[in-house]
Amino acid sequence: MDAAEPISEQPTSWTVRTRRAIDRHLPMDHLLPVRQPYYVGSWVYVFGVITIAALVWVVASGVVLAFMGPQWWHDSSVGRFFNSLHFWSVQLFFIFMVLHLWGQYFMAGWRHGRAATWAIGVVIFGISILTAFTGYLSQQNFDSQFIAVNAKDAMNGAGIGAFFNVLNFGQMYGLHIMLLPIGVTILVVLHIVMVRARGVVKPIDPEGGARS
Amino acid sequence: MDSPTTYFHWGFILISVPNLLVIAGMIVLFAIALVVPFPHGGEGKNGRR
Repeated sequence: MDAAEPISEQPTSWTVRTRRAIDRHLPMDHLLPVRQPYYVGSWVYVFGVITIAALVWVVASGVVLAFMGPQWWHDSSVGRFFNSLHFWSVQLFFIFMVLHLWGQYFMAGWRHGRAATWAIGVVIFGISILTAFTGYLSQQNFDSQFIAVNAKDAMNGAGIGAFFNVLNFGQMYGLHIMLLPIGVTILVVLHIVMVRARGVVKPIDPEGGARS
Repeated sequence: MDSPTTYFHWGFILISVPNLLVIAGMIVLFAIALVVPFPHGGEGKNGRR
């Protein structure tokens, strides 16, 4: 086959349509920002980036913990270090996620077609809480047993005790290291892509004029 | 470390002092982020930096 022969693009092909839609909504030239509007020059906009950085540390330390196992993270000094690294990066993740949420709330970040971006952020917050909760249940110590036994009553009272069994370590651990982190990561990527596609929301009343 | 923490109790509000300190620290950090100038945050010729 001649290498120079052009390959015809069928407009009905879903791959071609997907690629064109991506090009239309998020051109590769604009994927990573080079310049930002002047109003982005505030520390408030850094909270979201720090949240992402904390998530990277959470995932990286979590991968090491999952590979080495509970005995390592309890008995070995290096294991306890990674255990602490995982715990404290989660604290930073939540602290800066809430600060990011406050910033977006007060600047009404859902304006001008950004409602879905805001809504996905809310879902990320919810799934993150569930991930942290299952993380407390995955510690493999008396603390996790105490939390699990007490939480069991709450889950039963909510009517989901049979489906979401906090005494089932395998289920909690699987949710914590597999399904929930994948959900958080995919939604965070989607959240960032949507922010890049629409740009940062304009300040309310930026020039003292109309609130468009 | 093994002793129970102290709690702040005011009316219907009941919160542990460590959690209260974290929330207070977050509010302080948020206020600092609003007032501290961002480096190279000045407006460019075309409204961008």
